[in-house]
Amino acid sequence: MTLPLLTVLGRMTLAFLEAIGSVSAFAFKAIRQGLQPPYYRRQILRQIMEIGYYSLPVVGLTAIFTGMVLALQSYTGFARFSAESAIPNVVVVSLTRELGPVLAGLMVAGRVGAAMAAEIGTMRVTEQIDALTTLSTDPFKYLVAPRLIAGVLTLPVLVLIADIIGVLGGFLVGVYKLDFNDAAYLRNTLDFLQLQDVVSGLVKAAVFGFLITLMGCYHGYRSRGGAQGVGMATTSAVVSASILILTFNYFITEAFFAR
Amino acid sequence: MASPKISLRGVTKAFGPKKVLQGIELDVAPGESMVVIGGSGTGKSVLLKCILGLLKPDQGSIKVDGEETRGLSDRDRARIMRKFGMLFQGGALFDSLRVWENVAFGPIQSDGMPADQAREVAVAKLGAVGLGPEISDLFPSELSGGMQKRVALARAIAREPEIIFFDEPTTGLDPIMADVINDLIVKSVSSLGATAISITHDMASARKIGHRIGMLHEGKLIWQGPVADIDHSGNAYVDQFIHGRAEGPIRMQVRKL
Repeated sequence: MTLPLLTVLGRMTLAFLEAIGSVSAFAFKAIRQGLQPPYYRRQILRQIMEIGYYSLPVVGLTAIFTGMVLALQSYTGFARFSAESAIPNVVVVSLTRELGPVLAGLMVAGRVGAAMAAEIGTMRVTEQIDALTTLSTDPFKYLVAPRLIAGVLTLPVLVLIADIIGVLGGFLVGVYKLDFNDAAYLRNTLDFLQLQDVVSGLVKAAVFGFLITLMGCYHGYRSRGGAQGVGMATTSAVVSASILILTFNYFITEAFFAR
Repeated sequence: MASPKISLRGVTKAFGPKKVLQGIELDVAPGESMVVIGGSGTGKSVLLKCILGLLKPDQGSIKVDGEETRGLSDRDRARIMRKFGMLFQGGALFDSLRVWENVAFGPIQSDGMPADQAREVAVAKLGAVGLGPEISDLFPSELSGGMQKRVALARAIAREPEIIFFDEPTTGLDPIMADVINDLIVKSVSSLGATAISITHDMASARKIGHRIGMLHEGKLIWQGPVADIDHSGNAYVDQFIHGRAEGPIRMQVRKL
């Protein structure tokens, strides 16, 4: 009984290490090719629209309700200690440091990562990627690099907007439901906010943007065998991006704030 | 024979335990149209993809114009690729781009041609395959299968390649449209003076577009000869294939009921 268990464990470890290796090689090749001309500016702009502009509604809704529920929940806690004045601060720090980047990242992973894997996966199984090569166009330069660049550039902007909308959500609940004075709420929000809170969140956003687009491209690029393969690639892209976001989130937080 | 345009020596390719190509020897002269026939799954597509560098062969030599193509750098590979055009089996048109953008893709993206000039080239190439300018603003999904194939052919010849590959050009088309495609292939290859390799299992197509025919079986080219000799090849495998008989030396992997 022990041998099969160890065998399975060994196989899983090997498969895991192999996956890390092939993702790293893929990322390295994408970065190297992306840094050399030609640059496909139209592709980058198209992806910025796709990742940023079209994600605004879903990210905005996520942010406003998160800000609202944060204010409400922290009120029930802080009211017991008569510490209601800390609520604006809790809302803005939680949003800028953690919830803004993580929730926006997860929403974009579901929306954009999946679409990317499906699009590139379909191009793979219908030989469109081979066709690019026969037309002397490097698929890494034309398909992968523009998506990575757009992800890294766009996610921080998206998160900054999410931060602002989230604070607005907290403000609305604070002022109209919890009877805060509106000027005092805003003063409490800004007084305790440090630059590092916002910057760490934006750094996270840039990293998440890279991870989401990398996973979308990687799984799409490697998909095999028709509709089923593309479906599997889509699932893998979303799941792996989500897990990577949560993992990297911890380590970036530690790098910024651990003493 | 003059020095061959494409020359393969001892090319092998395996996917895991499955040996697909087991020592391919093939020479194609400049301006010649070679047709490779063989059953499904005998490695015809793999052969083309190895020559194009989309797949890496395990062993052997592949020369284009006398230049070894194995182990080339990305830049040299791109330079060699400039000589090639390829018509994919399913067309492989970019579905996010309009018809004219598909045809003009090579000239614009790789050769840096201005868009309005490339559009004129695209319309001219579409005309050459019998398609009017009115379809140039449609998307590929709005076209019928035969029209998609013709657009794909226009894209393959848009950069006036020296070498064109056709991957099962008539598969999935009705017999009349298949013959239209065959005529277009013959016309475009001869007007470009290009060297062509086609793979097919459609014998009517093979007879029409080929100067020479080679039969691929179990990873080897077991017979090569001029089209005129195909009916008296003296090779039992070839005879069975061209007459489409279930009985013969080629055994299909089907279980007896």
